[in-house]
Amino acid sequence: MLGAALLGPGVAWYLGIAAFLFGIGALGVLIRRNLLIVLLSLELMLNGANLALIAFSRHAGNGAGQIFALAVMAVAASEVCVGLGLVVALNRRRLSLDVDALSELRG
Amino acid sequence: MIAAYSAGGALVWIVWVVAGFACLASGVAVVSFSNPFYSALALIGNLGSLAVLYLLLSAEFVAAAQVLVYAGAVMVMFVFVIAYVGPRVETPWAGAPGWQTIAAVLAAGAIFLEIVVVIGLKASNSLLHSEHVNRTFGTPGWIGRLFLTDHLLAFEITSIVLLIAAVGGVVLGSHARRRDPNEASA
Repeated sequence: MLGAALLGPGVAWYLGIAAFLFGIGALGVLIRRNLLIVLLSLELMLNGANLALIAFSRHAGNGAGQIFALAVMAVAASEVCVGLGLVVALNRRRLSLDVDALSELRG
Repeated sequence: MIAAYSAGGALVWIVWVVAGFACLASGVAVVSFSNPFYSALALIGNLGSLAVLYLLLSAEFVAAAQVLVYAGAVMVMFVFVIAYVGPRVETPWAGAPGWQTIAAVLAAGAIFLEIVVVIGLKASNSLLHSEHVNRTFGTPGWIGRLFLTDHLLAFEITSIVLLIAAVGGVVLGSHARRRDPNEASA
């Protein structure tokens, strides 16, 4: 049994999409000032990395990339949990959600 | 046989183009909407089209987990918090100096170009022919076997990371609640 070949576009096309997602996510993190949208752009960067991991996993026929992608997903969930906890805490103290205004780490 | 193969290949190409375009467009939309609620909806679309790409890469379990865990649970939490924070008037775009915006665009473009150039220079030859995989590649049983044999340590550490994050979320929430009466009396 030979197994299934990869139909359609090659892995390099998937990697191009992954690079674009990572770049646009980095642009969002750098350029946007709303804390919620910065978190959403961070998710975009993580998903770009995930797509690259899964594309390489399929390319090499090795499962470690998919395991890593699932671990990245768990880390992203943790990051959202802590980040949104911070947003809720800031909102309760009536602080701004502008990342430029939040330049001090005092409690 | 050859005709069926090429027809399947054409179908995969069509699905790939649609999903890839949706992925790129919703990625741009996440960054460019001024309302965070619309950005969150665009990210849900982005996650869905990424799940289609994962299916094309025969990563069935990761695609299902992406839709259930990411587009389901995580994004519902995002939408809840955006609704909880409410329509606060922020200045999403204005205020930053022009040179900062230009530098950010240049930096992000440089990251994108770096990735493309490095992949093109270092891996363009080896990326032409992907391995053939058997039917079990990417199925839940196969992933579960990997998690409980070769990658057991990663599995356990992931659970510890999730536990610590949950504790952190609870601590952040309860800390803010305890401070409320003090601020009201002050």
